[in-house]
Amino acid sequence: MVFKRFIEIGRVAYIAHGKDAGKLCVVVDIVDQARVLVDGPCSGVMRQAVNMKRLHLTKFVLKIPHSVRTKIVRKAWEKDEITKKWQDTTWAKKIVIKEKRAQLTDFDRFKLMKAKQARGRIIRTQYNKMKKEAAKAK
Amino acid sequence: MANEKKRKRPHSSRNSMLSGGISRYGRAAMYARTATYKKKWTVVKKEKAASPKFIEKQIGGDKNGGKRQVRVKRQPRYYPTEELAKRKRISKKPFSEHKHRLRASITPGTVLIMVAGKYKGNRVVFLKQFPSGLLLVTGPMKINGVPLRRVNQIYCIATQTKVDISTVKLPPRLTDAYFKKKKLKKPRHQEGEIFDEAKEEYSVSDERKEDQKIVDKQLVPLVKKVPHLQGYLRSKFALSNKQYPHLMKF
Repeated sequence: MVFKRFIEIGRVAYIAHGKDAGKLCVVVDIVDQARVLVDGPCSGVMRQAVNMKRLHLTKFVLKIPHSVRTKIVRKAWEKDEITKKWQDTTWAKKIVIKEKRAQLTDFDRFKLMKAKQARGRIIRTQYNKMKKEAAKAK
Repeated sequence: MANEKKRKRPHSSRNSMLSGGISRYGRAAMYARTATYKKKWTVVKKEKAASPKFIEKQIGGDKNGGKRQVRVKRQPRYYPTEELAKRKRISKKPFSEHKHRLRASITPGTVLIMVAGKYKGNRVVFLKQFPSGLLLVTGPMKINGVPLRRVNQIYCIATQTKVDISTVKLPPRLTDAYFKKKKLKKPRHQEGEIFDEAKEEYSVSDERKEDQKIVDKQLVPLVKKVPHLQGYLRSKFALSNKQYPHLMKF
């Protein structure tokens, strides 16, 4: 397996757990082999040292030199439109869906099941129809 | 006006509680904090109307002097020679006097999921709470076969789904006593006819059938009004893989 995303200065990461769980941040500096200095002015993450185990790396990298101030991080973030780009990723969309699913009530779950059944029925009838036509054509 | 409003605001204690039920400041510290020394107290003594100890009573009979001073409160007739320990009052109340609360998530019309008993897994409609604390529910019977019955609220999961049952009128005879289990007669074995008498078996009484019809007739149209609700009540609740009830919303 070849790694393509690395912990590096300017790497945008998703905080998986802890107080800031679910927020994005930028690696500003590397403290040691386990921790990095992180900042997230546009996502509400305070500048802090964070264990790398908490970070899930995204594909985005900001072009910043190391140890820059929050202000410069914000500028780079806004220039690259990271917030918007992040929302367009499948990863972020999946998170939204997961949250929505968790908010479903018992009745909603039942209705969802019914909707899925209806969808399956439509697909099945259409599939069988096409299958029959294909058999006839032969 | 403004002054009055200010005064009405509830005043909280200056002495906060530490964990373990101990207050943060002692008596002396609180004396300083609340500036009790600055306050001036004017004690108004309440004048007590002296209640008479004796009452004059008219006494019949010629040789009894006509009237007599009688004590208002009688003096005890019996003085114990030895001091006895006072009997402690038991402050526990019997079950019938207990306060029965209803979970805030359960209101009339709430769809409940039964967790225990014969109908576990069934979704039912909550109608009302009895003085005994038990909940009156029904399927309705016509939709999923759950009759009018009493359930303890601890064996129910309350969902957020609600049926508007404000128009439903329940028969007044639905009470705790109505649902109480009737004792069935056991056959008394007499000589010679040991195997003859059969046990008395439970059968649904006519009045229950009647009441069920009355309730169902009102409830079923209300359920049918909401799309999918009938099918929802008919289906049974079950957990599948990776569903953790404590993390789910109902």
